Parts: sequence; structure tokens; C-alpha cells
Amino acid sequence: MRTRAQRVLATLLLAGLSAAAYAADIPKADTGKDIAFDRSRGNCLACHAMPGVPDAVSAGTIAPPLIAMKARYPDRAKLRAQIWDATVNNPHTSMPPFGKHKLLTEEEIDKVTDFIQGL
Amino acid sequence: MNKLLLGVFGAVFAVGAVSAHATPEQDRQNLIQYFKKAYPKVKFDDYVYGALAFDKDSMDQYESIMEFPPFDSVVEQGRKMWETPFKNGQTYASCLPNGGKNIAGNYPMFDEKLGKVVTLEMALNDCRVKNGEEPYSYSDMKTMGVLTAYARTLSDGTLMNVKVESPAAVKAYEEGKKFFYARRGQLNFSCASCHVGNAGKRLRSEVLSPALGQATHWPVFRGGDNLVTLQNRYVGCNKQVRATPFKEGSTEYNDLEYFHSYISNGLPLKASVFRK
Ligand code: HEC
Ligand code: HEC
Repeated sequence: MRTRAQRVLATLLLAGLSAAAYAADIPKADTGKDIAFDRSRGNCLACHAMPGVPDAVSAGTIAPPLIAMKARYPDRAKLRAQIWDATVNNPHTSMPPFGKHKLLTEEEIDKVTDFIQGL
Repeated sequence: MNKLLLGVFGAVFAVGAVSAHATPEQDRQNLIQYFKKAYPKVKFDDYVYGALAFDKDSMDQYESIMEFPPFDSVVEQGRKMWETPFKNGQTYASCLPNGGKNIAGNYPMFDEKLGKVVTLEMALNDCRVKNGEEPYSYSDMKTMGVLTAYARTLSDGTLMNVKVESPAAVKAYEEGKKFFYARRGQLNFSCASCHVGNAGKRLRSEVLSPALGQATHWPVFRGGDNLVTLQNRYVGCNKQVRATPFKEGSTEYNDLEYFHSYISNGLPLKASVFRK
């Protein structure tokens, strides 16, 4: 005989499974932060610390910390351009050209830009 | 028109800045000066420790693991491979210079007759083939990797001493140098981006080792048991930046190893070490 609790659990598990299947079919709407943190996409933390973000842990020390960005980059287009292709500003930079080399889609870059400008 | 010309000049200059007709010895001295300035506290001989020289905790871990290395049995297996005679009764010691002792620092060397760079691994295979054995695959860590895990210990403590003399040798060296400074892969990195420009800094939580000294201590056992040869590490680093890697033993990697080893001239060798 199944208890009520068991039945609830089974339903929850099923719901969880179908949610997972759904996620596999249709890419979930990631936030700019998700994309920036994801090691296989933005991976900004490989090089940049984000001192204002509590869960931005084990960040690299290669690049300047991303902080007070709104004040330093009031022009959103300029910030987006830096992310799209950092080699324009500095041909010797080690920052990957996220847009130019199609590491991120245009839409993803827009989201990351908004997230970074909010830091 | 003007703009176009400027672009062309710009490109020529950028390439020139890298290969600026410095001699190999000037390249080596420049790198030593560069790292000395960037990290005045790191002693020259400590560059053989790679990233460990920049992180006391990792260095302590290395020292305690190296007292009883978990990979000793693999090195022992390499010793057996080294000592077991070929079917014709000859051995590696009988066909390598000086019985194979204290020679690793002379490799890679430029073979004038063949007109190409010869690595120690190639010399070992050459020995096998001359004595009627099949060559090992340079990508096979279980055969060539294990063999070198012992063979290279026979040169422990001797200094890297790679020579670049003839014009043909200089050409191979320049090819390797170009490879080292060329950006590649979707992430657009050169070896130098990580191991010169950002050496000593952290990529995520990993300290990046400096190019100087990198060629002195192979193979490494990553995590204590995963045997990695120098050229196998090149494959790994190429893959990290989403570039298509070359094969271990390819001319591209042999030339890269030639340049890469030359810049470590004067540093002591130590084979089969632990890495994270
Ligand atoms: C492998 C290293 C690396 C990665 C990964 C990286 N950056 Fe950078 N970034 C740099 C470096 C180095 C600079 C310094 C400026 C330069 O080199 O031109 C920089 C500069 C910047 C700047 C300008 C900062 C300032 O203070 O003016 C912004 C904004 C930026 N990066 C955003 C990002 C974002 C967003 C990501 C991820 C999607 C990212 N970076 C990933 C290396 C990196
Ligand atoms: C995106 C960064 C990056 C690039 C580009 C890169 N590497 Fe690495 N490399 C690493 C990291 C991270 C490690 C592991 C930490 C360390 O020892 O430096 C490493 C380790 C190594 C090591 C082993 C050092 C040791 O003592 O165990 C060698 C040798 C090496 N790299 C050579 C190269 C060469 C040659 C190239 C170019 C073909 C290259 N790397 C490109 C990041 C990079």
C-alpha cells in the first residue's frame, strides 16, 4: 500500500523528470549572470573577480576586477564592444573575442553586457 | 589608401616585434630578464617547479608527495622496459650516446643529415627500429610515456643544454617560436598569453606556470597517477583554447619543443614529478 507521502514524492519526481526533459529540448532562458559564470560559455571568472557579487568565488587574477561598471562604462555600447572583441582596444589582450569568435551569441552578449553594467 | 597601408605596416610590425631577428640566446636572456623583473623573489633554479614556485602550499604538497611518489611503480616498470634486451640482444643503452646517461638535456637536437629536429623520444624509437622492433606511438603514454618516465631519470640533475647552430637549425627554432607566440583556437590564446604574459597569475584557481623551466621535468604525473609527456601537455593546452591539437611527434610540436627547451637552457632536469 502506498502512503500519501510516497505518492506525493512520486508525483514530485515525475514533475522533476519532465522538467529536466523539457530543459534538454528547449534551452532554458539563462540570465546574463548564468552565462557570465558558465565555464563553457562566458567563464569571465577565469580572469576577472567580481568583488560585488558574493557567489563569484575562485576567480582568476589575470584581469581587472569588474566593479562600479555603470560609473566606468556609462556608454553601454562601449562595454558591449569590449566584450564582443577586446582586441580592438588592445591587440595584445588575453581576453577572448566573445562575439567575433562566436563564443557567445549576440543575444547572450546583450544579456552579459546588462549583467556586467549592473556590477 | 593611407589607412590600408597603415594596416599592412601594422601587421608587419606586429609580427616583427615577436621574431625581431633576435638570436636564440637573446630570446632566452630576454625571457630571463622579463621574469626576473616580474618576479624578483623567484630564484632562477626554481623555475623548474613551474606553478609551484608561486604557491607555498602547493610546493609543500609537492615535496611531501615526492618523498614517496605514488607513481614509483610506473617508473620501475619503465626501468624494466629499458633494461629488457630487444630480440636481437641489444639494449637502449647500447645504441644511445653515453649509454643513455646524462643526455636528455641535449634533446631536442637538430639532425643536419635528416634536416629536422630529433627529440629524445625519436632517438628511442630509432633505437627500436634499428634493432628490429616496432616503434612506439608518441601518443601512447603506456609505452613511450612509461619508457621515458625511467629513461629521463638517467639525466636527473644535469642541465638543459640545447644547441641551435646551423641556419637550418635556426629555421626550425624560429618555427617553434612562431608557434609559441601565435594565437590560436576559438579563445584566441597563444602559449605566451598564458605562460609569459599571465604567468604567476591565476586562471580561475590555477596558477599559470612561466615558460621558463617548463621543459625540464617530464613526464609529469598529474594527480599522482596520470602520466603526461611534454607533447601530450601541448595537446591539452591546445584543446583548452578550443584549437585543433597536433599529434605528439608532429613536426609542429617537435619544433615547438626545440624552442621551448632552448629557453630552459641552464636549468637542471628532473624526470617524473608530481603535478596537481
Ligand atoms: C582569459 C582572460 C579573460 C576572460 C575569460 C575575460 N576577460 Fe575581460 N579582460 C581581460 C583582460 C586581461 C582585461 C584588461 C584589458 C585588456 O587586456 O585590454 C579585460 C578587460 C575587461 C573589461 C574592461 C575592464 C575595465 O576595467 O575597463 C570588461 C568590461 C571585461 N573585460 C568584461 C569581460 C566579460 C563580461 C567576460 C566574460 C564574458 C570577460 N571579460 C572574460 C581578460 C579576460
Ligand atoms: C588558456 C591558458 C593556456 C594556454 C593558452 C596554454 N596553456 Fe599551458 N597550461 C595552462 C594551465 C592552466 C596549466 C596548468 C598549470 C600550470 O602548470 O601552468 C598549463 C600547463 C602547461 C605545462 C605544464 C607545466 C608543468 O610544470 O606541469 C606546459 C609545459 C604548458 N602548459 C605549455 C603550453 C604551451 C606550449 C602552450 C601553447 C601551445 C600552452 N601551454 C598554452 C594554461 C594554458
